[in-house]
Amino acid sequence: MKPYLRDFVPTSYDDIPEATAYEAGYLVTKNAGWRNVRPVIDAQKCVGCLNCYLYCPDGVIFREGSKVGIDYDFCKGCGICSKICKLQAIKMEAEK
Amino acid sequence: MAKQFLSGNEAFAYGVRLARPQVISAYPITPQTIVVEKLSEFVEDGSLNAEFIHVESEHSALSCAMGASSVGARAFTATSSQGLLYMAECLPYAAGGRFPIVMMNANRSTALPWNIYGDQRDSISQLDSGWIQAYACNAQEALDLALMSFYIAEHKDVSTPFMANLDGFVLTHTYEVVDVPTAEQADAFLPKYQTENKMDLQKPRNLAFSAGPDTNTYFKYREHLGILNASKIIDEAEERFAKIFGRRYTGLTESYRTEDADYILFTLGSLSGLVREVVDELRKEGSRVGLLRLRYLRPFPNEEIAATVKNAKAVAVLEKDISFGNEGTVYTNVNSALQKAKLRIPSSDYIGGLGGRNISKEEIKIIFDELEQQQSTVKFLGIGGETNGN
Repeated sequence: MKPYLRDFVPTSYDDIPEATAYEAGYLVTKNAGWRNVRPVIDAQKCVGCLNCYLYCPDGVIFREGSKVGIDYDFCKGCGICSKICKLQAIKMEAEK
Repeated sequence: MAKQFLSGNEAFAYGVRLARPQVISAYPITPQTIVVEKLSEFVEDGSLNAEFIHVESEHSALSCAMGASSVGARAFTATSSQGLLYMAECLPYAAGGRFPIVMMNANRSTALPWNIYGDQRDSISQLDSGWIQAYACNAQEALDLALMSFYIAEHKDVSTPFMANLDGFVLTHTYEVVDVPTAEQADAFLPKYQTENKMDLQKPRNLAFSAGPDTNTYFKYREHLGILNASKIIDEAEERFAKIFGRRYTGLTESYRTEDADYILFTLGSLSGLVREVVDELRKEGSRVGLLRLRYLRPFPNEEIAATVKNAKAVAVLEKDISFGNEGTVYTNVNSALQKAKLRIPSSDYIGGLGGRNISKEEIKIIFDELEQQQSTVKFLGIGGETNGN
């Protein structure tokens, strides 16, 4: 499951909770701004072994039918998925 | 109620037992050790049903208390001096997280030179950490503060941790007859801690999160309003306390013979007992002198100070603290209160009692004598050494 991004963004004083505590289960901001290479999956080569899904340190690889997809809103571009893929189905491409 | 012969530390421990904390995490340090020992005995003999956690440091003690508070438990810890400084990282953390932990601090000097005796430089160095700070003057007040501190800290309009300070040795280790309330009375006074600010499987919440430059100030402003609200809730707690226990306290300050006083000395903690005696003696000789005891340093009693000294000719602060390179911090705060109230009266600072040095009646009389000269000076009591261009 991809992380759920909360639509509501606090902007004013009234939006702020009393303590540093708020309803859980949501992310409030995208976090991928410093990525300079992105993993791209070759769907023809991917056999859905899920090794990348298991190894991704940020949990941004998700299952999509019998294959996998990448959540680019949170992928930091570390390249572990590319290294771990036995079929070399994931290539790192420079961000433009 | 039952009268018992207790030290300040023991009295505080009895007060904590009456408050029924669910978690106590503490590390012993002189001169606070007896509080921790006493509470562990209470847990051992079954008279207090709490989880007593032996932690490996003060940093862990407060971290542990935060963990307990974040599941909605009433949490207590205690420390002193080097221990307080070691846990310093966690102090603003608890305040910013709005975890209403109660901590007793036995005021003790800070190294170097190494010293285990009483002064107030430890707690005063932490005034900006977001904690309520109270200073007890005797063992009875220590016990009563222990009970009231939970009420104040946990009140939904406050939600701020509470540091109750007792002068090391002079108060922590001296014995007095203390009225110990019954558990029924204490239960009638102190409601159970209830909060939304906790981990809850039915209502999951994200706790202790980050807040960037866009929203950070809002959180800090709310934190500031919370501790300011404590003034009102302290009054409410004391009113409620008086109804149940018959003892009345006087809010952020306690004034003694200040109504018509020309010269007023400010101090805090157990030292006020001695100043009281000197005020009585000087009054007999015809001097119009008075004492203002600062019971709380946070929230700071700006309005109470202005109202008390508005007709005085000069005031002085006697404090066991020095902010090196400037002056005593209590003095800085008092001057700010006077300035905000547009009161232009001479004010002096006397720094005394460092590392447990005794303060004599004669020295306090000298302060009142010097007040009549209506100067503004900063002095180390009994040594001299004026600073700040005087």
